[in-house]
Amino acid sequence: MRMRLEHLEKGFDGVPVLRGIDFDDDVTTLAVIGPSGGGKSTLLRIVGGLIAPTGGTVEVDGERVDYDERTLPSYRSQLGFVFQASGLFHHLSALENVALPLSVVHGVPEDQARERAADLLARFGLAAEEAKRPTQLSGGQQQRVAIARAVAASPKMLLLDEPTSALDPEYTNDVLDLIRDLKETGTRFIVVTHEMGFARRACDKVAFLHGGRLLEYGESARLFDHPATPELQRFLGKLLEWSIR
Amino acid sequence: MKAPSPLARPFTAAPRQETPPLKAAANYLLVCVAVIAVFWVSLGMAGITLNFDFVEQYRDRIGSGFLLTVELSAASLVASMAIGVPVALGQSARVLPVRYLCDLYVKLVRGTPLLVQIYLFYYIIGTAWGIDNKVVAGVVILSVFAGAYIAEIVRGSLLSIDEGQLEAARAVGFTRAQTVRHVVLPQLVARTLPALTGQFATIVKDSSLLSVIAVIELTQTIREITATNYNFFGGFLLLGGLYLCLTLPIMFVSKRFEKRFSYAHEA
Repeated sequence: MRMRLEHLEKGFDGVPVLRGIDFDDDVTTLAVIGPSGGGKSTLLRIVGGLIAPTGGTVEVDGERVDYDERTLPSYRSQLGFVFQASGLFHHLSALENVALPLSVVHGVPEDQARERAADLLARFGLAAEEAKRPTQLSGGQQQRVAIARAVAASPKMLLLDEPTSALDPEYTNDVLDLIRDLKETGTRFIVVTHEMGFARRACDKVAFLHGGRLLEYGESARLFDHPATPELQRFLGKLLEWSIR
Repeated sequence: MKAPSPLARPFTAAPRQETPPLKAAANYLLVCVAVIAVFWVSLGMAGITLNFDFVEQYRDRIGSGFLLTVELSAASLVASMAIGVPVALGQSARVLPVRYLCDLYVKLVRGTPLLVQIYLFYYIIGTAWGIDNKVVAGVVILSVFAGAYIAEIVRGSLLSIDEGQLEAARAVGFTRAQTVRHVVLPQLVARTLPALTGQFATIVKDSSLLSVIAVIELTQTIREITATNYNFFGGFLLLGGLYLCLTLPIMFVSKRFEKRFSYAHEA
């Protein structure tokens, strides 16, 4: 998916969060990293059409995203979103969470939608949890259902907003393994993450966001081995402080 | 550790555990017996003997009064929902006069006794606009009254719908109408149904106040009967019992809804 951002700006009540982001590349798998408050989630929400920028433009595959509530639903339906926590509908079972958007948004007949949802959940090791509501699932299971819902309609791109930040370490690995498996079957994604091992080994490119600016972007190995800016050097240095090795 | 015998503590509930049905029933029975005993002793001390012979004599009148109470309550429930839901939405309307009208309505109705509203409505508004059918007037008054409470219930539930759910709805590509239909409404029903059912029990009881404008519902029927046979204790005890026949099942249903929809509050 070709993504072009031109001087993208966003402020909340006059407080700038993104201060002019320029980006133009073909996105396969991209990790967005950086300190909290750097604008990572905001950037992902703008790219996903969930919030409108206050300045600049977003272009996807040569088409400019028009932040108009009449056209946004169809734009969003081509993407798959996974939130940090609790993006599942409380009142629906795991299966219905996956099947409902398929039938309502993508026009798949209901029985086929349920069938496809059941297949996906089985593939993600959730066959036994089909009928459970989100509150009856563990955090890791919830996130895997959320990923199943996001990929069900074969989106152009997955957008994952810190999908493992609210999880225990063991569940974190379940979810990260699942995303890596999806990558191997050709799914493209942008992930906002604090899991640097994942960003480095499972993502082709990495973008470092700091203070609302895109300070560095490139091949993940290059960024992690040879950070060019002092901000990224400091950011990575801090992460290493408590690492095992 | 040895599992404690269920008979070891016959009167205490284990924390966060379902009480075994037999134990619950036995304890409930115990409480009922104690309450009836206290009541019975009080009757004896006050020198009152109860007499329900009149029931046979006035069976038809009591029956039709009971029926009218049920009809009044059912009609008012439907009408009060038709008032309450739009008012709840109106309280966050963009058009300010609409918003303030809804707000004023809720404040006035909730801030004054039902008795005052019944008199004012029936003698002023009813007379002015020619509503002389007492049953119709009664339904209108009860609905306007209960509508304000229902508006508050619905508004509270609307406010409690998680912003994350709406964002998720946008993210999967739902339009606004689809979001309302597939996310907001089902969650609203889950959150409001237990409270709305409870409100129905309140409507049943409040309908008794319509006796002051001589709507011949259950309370008025009993008032008329006791005015001729002077058997006030028997009459009003029966009255209380008949209201319980209506409200206890409603409360039971409300409890069931609460359990059935408990997920709406866990998330």
